[in-house]
Amino acid sequence: MNTQSHNSISTFSVLLRVFQRDIRLAWRRRSDIVSVIFFFIIAASLFPLGLGADPKLLHAIAPSVLWVCALLSCMLSLPRMFAADYSDGTLEQLIMSNQPTLLIVLMKTLAHWVLSGLPLILIAPLIGLQFNLSAVELKVLAQALLLGTPTLSLIGSIGSTLTLGVRGGGVLIALLILPLYIPVLVFGAGAVNAVAIGISASGGLALLGAMLAVSLVFAPLAASMALKIAIE
Amino acid sequence: MNFLKYSSPQTFYPLAGKLIPWFAISAALLILYGLYIGLLIAPTDFQQGEGYRIIFVHVPAAWFSMFLYVIMAAYAALGLALNARLSYMMASSIAPTGAMFTFVALVTGAFWGKPMWGAWWVWDARLTSELILLFLYIGYMSLQASIDDKHRADRASAVLAIVGVINVPIIYFSVKWWNTLHQGASVSLTKSPTMAAIMLKGMLVMAIGFWLYSIAVILLRVRREIEDRERSVALLQEFKE
Repeated sequence: MNTQSHNSISTFSVLLRVFQRDIRLAWRRRSDIVSVIFFFIIAASLFPLGLGADPKLLHAIAPSVLWVCALLSCMLSLPRMFAADYSDGTLEQLIMSNQPTLLIVLMKTLAHWVLSGLPLILIAPLIGLQFNLSAVELKVLAQALLLGTPTLSLIGSIGSTLTLGVRGGGVLIALLILPLYIPVLVFGAGAVNAVAIGISASGGLALLGAMLAVSLVFAPLAASMALKIAIE
Repeated sequence: MNFLKYSSPQTFYPLAGKLIPWFAISAALLILYGLYIGLLIAPTDFQQGEGYRIIFVHVPAAWFSMFLYVIMAAYAALGLALNARLSYMMASSIAPTGAMFTFVALVTGAFWGKPMWGAWWVWDARLTSELILLFLYIGYMSLQASIDDKHRADRASAVLAIVGVINVPIIYFSVKWWNTLHQGASVSLTKSPTMAAIMLKGMLVMAIGFWLYSIAVILLRVRREIEDRERSVALLQEFKE
């Protein structure tokens, strides 16, 4: 049987629609996106309140604080990546749609990054200013987040598909995903710390890029496998 | 003789039952002999004094924390590839033992670190990555425990186990790549070891002891798992007779 003739819609346009649909759905419930951004801002503001206002200390901890908060806020939005589509059956239809599951997962991951990672890259330098980061440090912070947050969404897609419909899914995601996030945290914060003490940040940024390349290949593979396991 | 027939839980169950005592007894003997070498025969280290003797537990435990993770992931991959129930049962039975060795490696490391480095814990690359390994074992076990459908639990946790394998080479090479406080490897397959022969012997005896112990406990756990999962099958067979 020639499946091609039955498919009047091309793979590309399906993928585009999957992406657009996720963005549109999120846009209709803007408060979800905004609350994750505010979580990031509030969590980062807790540190100066708890540690005291010593500018030197705040400057020293700023890269790690911003990265930890980025990790946590990315993780908080992970259940949204697949859960709603899983519970109303959309995901099942998408998988049976004869289009490669791998690419559908990749599109949904991309949508998650646009909705949760991208806003952080725009907000983080502002929070960095509150922690007395210099212009160069802010630039490296933005670059590191630009390379690192897609990796967070990609690794997150594995956790979010593995825990679909599972008891206590939210806490479980944290348990599964945070250990895998550690390398991103180490090199992301490391790149900013390096430039703060006058060393080149290129080593850390290069490793972030390498992790992005590796997870871009393997994470959708693992996530689409997990998705099929969850749907069956 | 066809070994593949033991890939079925029904035939594996009695075989495991017969093997367990042999592994358990030889493990006990080797661990006792290893402790005898380590605590009584091996000479006092001229730099580290008596404190170094924890090496005889610490190093084999650290080896097995990594080794068992790789074996667990291999069984998980085998399960996914061949859809073999017994492979999944092996993988899930290995996890608690692997987590135990990881914990032992971390705790004995702390006992060693306190007199040598002056701190129970340092955030050194190898310690941190070993800690992540413990988190991975815990994540694997909690994912397995929180999915009620056994078939799905097996396969979902198998995917997680395979993803986590990436951490093992990071632990292994961390002392080389980052050159932090934790000392480099004293034992290597390609170079002659940088330690006295008797110390090496004690460590290897302990390692083989730990290995046999792992096999014994894992087989025991697989048997419990088979009893648990095939209970309905067994009841049906009894009913038929």
